[in-house]
Amino acid sequence: MSTSSPSGGNRPLSPFMIGPYYRPQLTSILSITHRISGVFLCLGALTLVYAWVALASGAEMFAAFTECLASPIGMALVAGSVLALWFHFFNGIRHLFWDAGRGLDLATSYRSGYAVVALALVVGFGHLWLLYGRV
Amino acid sequence: MSLQTPGLQTPLARVHGLGSARSGTDHWTAQRVTAILLLPLTLWFLYFLTTLIGADYAAVRAAVAQPWIAALLAVYTILVLYHAQLGLQVVIEDYVHVRWLELSMLIVIKFIVLFGSIAVLLALARVALSA
Repeated sequence: MSTSSPSGGNRPLSPFMIGPYYRPQLTSILSITHRISGVFLCLGALTLVYAWVALASGAEMFAAFTECLASPIGMALVAGSVLALWFHFFNGIRHLFWDAGRGLDLATSYRSGYAVVALALVVGFGHLWLLYGRV
Repeated sequence: MSLQTPGLQTPLARVHGLGSARSGTDHWTAQRVTAILLLPLTLWFLYFLTTLIGADYAAVRAAVAQPWIAALLAVYTILVLYHAQLGLQVVIEDYVHVRWLELSMLIVIKFIVLFGSIAVLLALARVALSA
């Protein structure tokens, strides 16, 4: 299948349009952030599996698990997962409304996008404060 | 034959409604159904976790060992893994353009999800049954 066109083959194609050719918008940024947060949350899912296996394996294994979570890398992973989870949660609701055919027009998708960012930041950092703020 | 469907599709293939991709909307639907189920389950799970803040090993184990709790935690974790598998599959199909690598990654994530699901079931069953 040839993709040649009358204007030649040097035109920038989809992902490479980001940059000098194309101004990113809130909608496209949130779209890719939904994917990135989802991929990142896979680490959280595996951590959850590890948690139940450690819990079933005895007090020593579970202590090793909680030590992992309390290490600097563990805390960064938990904090990142909390923020990613709340973003994915609220933006996922936005996607479900779209799947139902609602809120697809430009004005509404921008309003829901800003609402998702605000909710994810407020609830996400509130959650982090609950976890770490009163240590 | 004049009233048959045009093209080379058999009537059975036409009824199945599947084209050359050999799959229909199952994947899309499963991703949405798991998403909707995960909304309330995630809120419950996060609430459950906050009740465990500061608890020692015995307290966590006793809380998880309650039958309804253990069952919900198993369903939640396996739905999370399945939802992750469905999402990762789309990401891999979209961005990995080397066919053997794409297929290998798809098989590996499905294996990890299967392995993880069985591990979760065994672990939570052990906790719930030894309380």
